[in-house]
Amino acid sequence: MTTLATAVRAPLTTERRHLAAGTFIVIGLINIFVFGMLAHAGDASFELSLTGASVKIPVISVPAAPVCYALGAVALGLGVLRATVPFSQLAKRLAIVGVLVCFLLSLLCWADAGALPLNVIIISQGTFTESIPLILGALAGCLCERSGVINIAIEGQLLFGAFTAAIVASAFGGLWVGLVAGSLAGGLVGVLLAVFAISFLTDQIVLGVVLNVLVLGMTDYLYDRLMAQNPNYNTGITFGSIKIPVLSEIPIIGPIFFDSTVFLYITYVAIIVIQVALFHSRWGLRVRAVGEHPTAADTVGINVLWIRYRNVILGGLVAGIGGAYLTIGSVGSFIPDISSGFGYIALAALIFGRWTPLGALGAALLFGFCEEMALVLPTVNPVLPAPIMNMAPYVATIIAVAGLVGKVRPPKADGQPYVKA
Amino acid sequence: MTETPATGPDPAPASTGSAAAQPAEPTEPAEAGSAEPAEAGSAEAGQAEPGKPAPSRARLTGTVIIQAITQGSSAVITILAIFLALVVGGILIGFSDPVVTKAWSTFFSYPLYALTQTWDSVSFAYSQMFEGAIFNPATVSAAFHGGSIAAIFYPLSSTCAQATPLILTGLSVAIAFRAGLFNIGAAGQWVGGAIVATWLGFGVSLPPVIHVIVCLIGAFVGGAVIGWFVGFLKATTGAHEVIVTIMLNYVMYDLLSYLLSHPTLLQQPHQTNEIAPFIANDANLAHVGGPPPQVGIGFLIAVAAALAVAWLLSRTTTGFQFRTVGASPSAARTAGINVERSWILVMLLAGGLAGLSAATVVQGTNTQLTFNSYGTYGPDGITVALLGRARPIGVVLAGLLFGALHVGGTYVEAATLGQVPADIVQVLEGLIVLFVAAPALIRAVFRLRSTTDTGLEAVAKGWNG
Repeated sequence: MTTLATAVRAPLTTERRHLAAGTFIVIGLINIFVFGMLAHAGDASFELSLTGASVKIPVISVPAAPVCYALGAVALGLGVLRATVPFSQLAKRLAIVGVLVCFLLSLLCWADAGALPLNVIIISQGTFTESIPLILGALAGCLCERSGVINIAIEGQLLFGAFTAAIVASAFGGLWVGLVAGSLAGGLVGVLLAVFAISFLTDQIVLGVVLNVLVLGMTDYLYDRLMAQNPNYNTGITFGSIKIPVLSEIPIIGPIFFDSTVFLYITYVAIIVIQVALFHSRWGLRVRAVGEHPTAADTVGINVLWIRYRNVILGGLVAGIGGAYLTIGSVGSFIPDISSGFGYIALAALIFGRWTPLGALGAALLFGFCEEMALVLPTVNPVLPAPIMNMAPYVATIIAVAGLVGKVRPPKADGQPYVKA
Repeated sequence: MTETPATGPDPAPASTGSAAAQPAEPTEPAEAGSAEPAEAGSAEAGQAEPGKPAPSRARLTGTVIIQAITQGSSAVITILAIFLALVVGGILIGFSDPVVTKAWSTFFSYPLYALTQTWDSVSFAYSQMFEGAIFNPATVSAAFHGGSIAAIFYPLSSTCAQATPLILTGLSVAIAFRAGLFNIGAAGQWVGGAIVATWLGFGVSLPPVIHVIVCLIGAFVGGAVIGWFVGFLKATTGAHEVIVTIMLNYVMYDLLSYLLSHPTLLQQPHQTNEIAPFIANDANLAHVGGPPPQVGIGFLIAVAAALAVAWLLSRTTTGFQFRTVGASPSAARTAGINVERSWILVMLLAGGLAGLSAATVVQGTNTQLTFNSYGTYGPDGITVALLGRARPIGVVLAGLLFGALHVGGTYVEAATLGQVPADIVQVLEGLIVLFVAAPALIRAVFRLRSTTDTGLEAVAKGWNG
């Protein structure tokens, strides 16, 4: 248990401020000189309603290059402000969001210049589609890691949830049964993680990797053994879309937020519940105490091991729902390794979002947007290939942990087993 | 699972009085790994214990073995973990066999039938695995009747061929472990090596032997650059190597996909698939004694790399620094060791070893790089390193075991016409390492006396570590 004050150097705040400002300015320059200069002549146009919607909104067309210049100027301005004026915590975050939005908008303008209109609604829906497993996985990681147990097994929890949901829903013909079973399957991986990490004091990073290998092997094996030979176990049934009355009729917002499968609504609830519980309740205070300083928590009578067990298993249940989404919530049929790295991106979102539910939500949406762009952009502008877009979440996370935009600090006792003295 | 009675006659008195009853024991190190006398590799001096003398008193072999078993040395724990994994895997094989499940449904009428059916199903699978990976008695009798003698050694040579890349990625993870770093990025470094080796393999014309060497060096460099980047980020900014390596793996996968989809870069001309051209014949690693999968030069490279890593870790100043940094960076820093330099160097070497692993594949067994070439070499490297306890000799043995499992898995799938899919091997690997990583569980299951922990606690640390 080597806990070390290693070379994590805490840069001075001025240095940090200059780094952030520099990053903003670089992004602004990219907006101007890469996207603006290289944009094709012509307008970038965006559709804001689906075909057949009751309220039609006219297509918005903007000249691509000038808009890129304007957005770049905004980012530059924010960078200069950041360097000169002291920002409050909230303003810092808003500035990051603002610069990111400028960057993404100019990316869209550049990509769509002179091409067919992009449908913003479809892109937004796609972003949510890609994000749901990431959000739920990151929330699962948040529950675990806030209580001091590193969860690299998110991938395994998603995968096992996906498998179990598909096979149970197919065998019993009930989607809700499948959803519950998928959640329980994720919880089962959570139980394994908890038992080995908390009771047997196994190294948690090793354990997570091993559990992922184990679940991958297990689902591959069972897929070959059961599903491949008997299609009745993998019928591919999926949840239908649920329209919330009234709300789903609102233009723009309605189809994006209130016309989706039950998983999106579960995700809303999970985000709110976990954010409020962790940061505005006694329950959450205890969880965070256990994750930051278990000895102190134990001294005031909090049962450290019980809180860790409970949170790891709860996390598994949440990730299991995300896994179920991968099969019965979207494509239906299970295929081997269907999670294909979603769990690791969820981990990245958790870290990028600084171990908070709302931060993880933002990061997961950003990463989901990157994945959606990787699907959409090659169809309008083949210059930017999908693999390069796919890299974006990972590169962003490396930049984040390297401390280029703000400091990422994990819970203090994250990963350290607690042994009562 | 606790039915094994062989080792549990008197656990309670033994555990209470172990220290007092055995005066021959005081040299047993009390922390961070026991002496582990039965360890095959016996590279124990490397257990990051500078200054602690090895047990010098000669002990009777019999006593040593009994103590090793009852107290659970790492070799015994490993063997028991493999055994336990085979038992759990057997349960999985049995209960996914329709004949067996049918027999169990009539368990209360014909209990013996259910048991024999299960035994038949499981033992058939495991014996097929053994025949495919190690030795098939049928080839001996065939050799007496005019068959080829080489066929007897065919399974073993396949095992060695499969083990080669696993040993090298295992070494990659292991050497980083010894310096206290967890290299999950062997997969990404593998891709880095594969890209360079493939490009040098088909894009450059060189004389035969030189071409092979240039490709090998290129692969080492390709992996080393990726590894170096991880070490550099950790040394300069404190970015956790686990997060960076996980992310870099996916960056490298996407980079590979990009390169393989552009004919001007790495794609074979006139192809729509993500596939590279075959590398030139004179860049291929030669085979010793016949066509593939006879033992290739690749296997010899892997063994040589293991010896080199063993020498580096146990006989050089750099290796000593690595181990000291792994044991305690703050202590190492106090002692005047440049911790950051050690991190960078060890990640560079780790990346290079993973790159070499790629070279043995793209220059040896599978000379056309595709998007799926990286397979599971990265994760397998982690499991191999853990099973081999991050010691070079252990890694070679673990690599051979997993190589044998891979070959056996393919064989058993063919022999049972798909009734037992080869994926069972992945389950077995996961279980073995899960049990190896949790020695406390093995002790509980087999009622071993608990003494010093022989797990991997030297590397147990959190994100803040």
